[in-house]
Amino acid sequence: MSKHAITQGQYVQHHLEHLTFDLKTWKLGGEGFWVINLDTMVVSILIGLFIIGFLRFVARRPTSGIPGKLQNFVEIILNFVQQSVNESYHGKSKLIAPLALVIFLWVFLMNAMDLLPVDLIPRLLGFADVEHFKVLPTADPNATFAMSLSVFFLIVFYNIKVKGFHLPKEIVTKPFGPYLFPVNIIFRCIEEGVKPLSLALRLFGNMFAGELIFILIALLPWWSQWLPGSIWAIFHILVITIQAFIFMMLTVVYLSMAHDTH
Amino acid sequence: MENLALVSGLSALAAGLLISLAALGTGIGFGLLGGKFLEGVARQPELTPILTLRMFLMAAFVDAFAAISISMGLYLFFASNPFIAAVTTVAKSTVS
Repeated sequence: MSKHAITQGQYVQHHLEHLTFDLKTWKLGGEGFWVINLDTMVVSILIGLFIIGFLRFVARRPTSGIPGKLQNFVEIILNFVQQSVNESYHGKSKLIAPLALVIFLWVFLMNAMDLLPVDLIPRLLGFADVEHFKVLPTADPNATFAMSLSVFFLIVFYNIKVKGFHLPKEIVTKPFGPYLFPVNIIFRCIEEGVKPLSLALRLFGNMFAGELIFILIALLPWWSQWLPGSIWAIFHILVITIQAFIFMMLTVVYLSMAHDTH
Repeated sequence: MENLALVSGLSALAAGLLISLAALGTGIGFGLLGGKFLEGVARQPELTPILTLRMFLMAAFVDAFAAISISMGLYLFFASNPFIAAVTTVAKSTVS
């Protein structure tokens, strides 16, 4: 938007709009249900492919002697994730540790897109006549809800798989005993329903807030952007790591709750 | 015009309340959290790494909804105010 002067509100609005793609008319732009946010999809899939490629690249050439810097780095991350999973999950599952690793790395890198300058990629793509581009996938509720709903379906799946016929009994009799079964069922529904909601909204809210504050800092005059920008960026490095870690931890905790038989 | 002034004043108040109440809540939350953390560390210094990890985890929980509310407040302040837009559309429709 360098062509003409715009107000502050328009600048912020412009940064909060997605590059959309209409699946019905097969064109860019549009609103409604059959519209995907192309920027979120592209960035998140690219990051996912990057993680796969990077981990594969490191895993393909392990050294038995002194490990290289890259291998050390990956092993630190793997150990960290493994340790966190072992702390809160005690069963045997081949799925949970890789799932936790993928969630941690993916969410972390998607959040790290927030540290790119807010105008960099929209301006670069603006030369190619792309009107809007939101580079931060986790500031899009669609992405966070997609992840948290996947976790939710896994929770339901493991509840059914591990508990089997005990599950209806558990739903009816916990936590107040069989005579208060309507209350128990309502409590259980709320408990399970809140999980994906809080997971998704926490990540989305934090990232959206961070993004918005970066955009507002970008509205300041150029000579005064450095100080608040760098302070917020340093604080934000902490926030993105912790949010990725929390998403991973809560997934593991929820799945281990689904494995626990009472 | 009076309505517009009223609505913009009230939404400024609302944005201020959003930011300030969120700050108040996280302030209390962080105070309790940090205080308990220091107590725990003073009692058992060998547990410090575990407790630090847990404290940061809890810090993010304390932080999360305050961050959402602050961003909503800032959005009202700086970006766009849906209430004012609603008032102007109503005014236009009544005039025409």
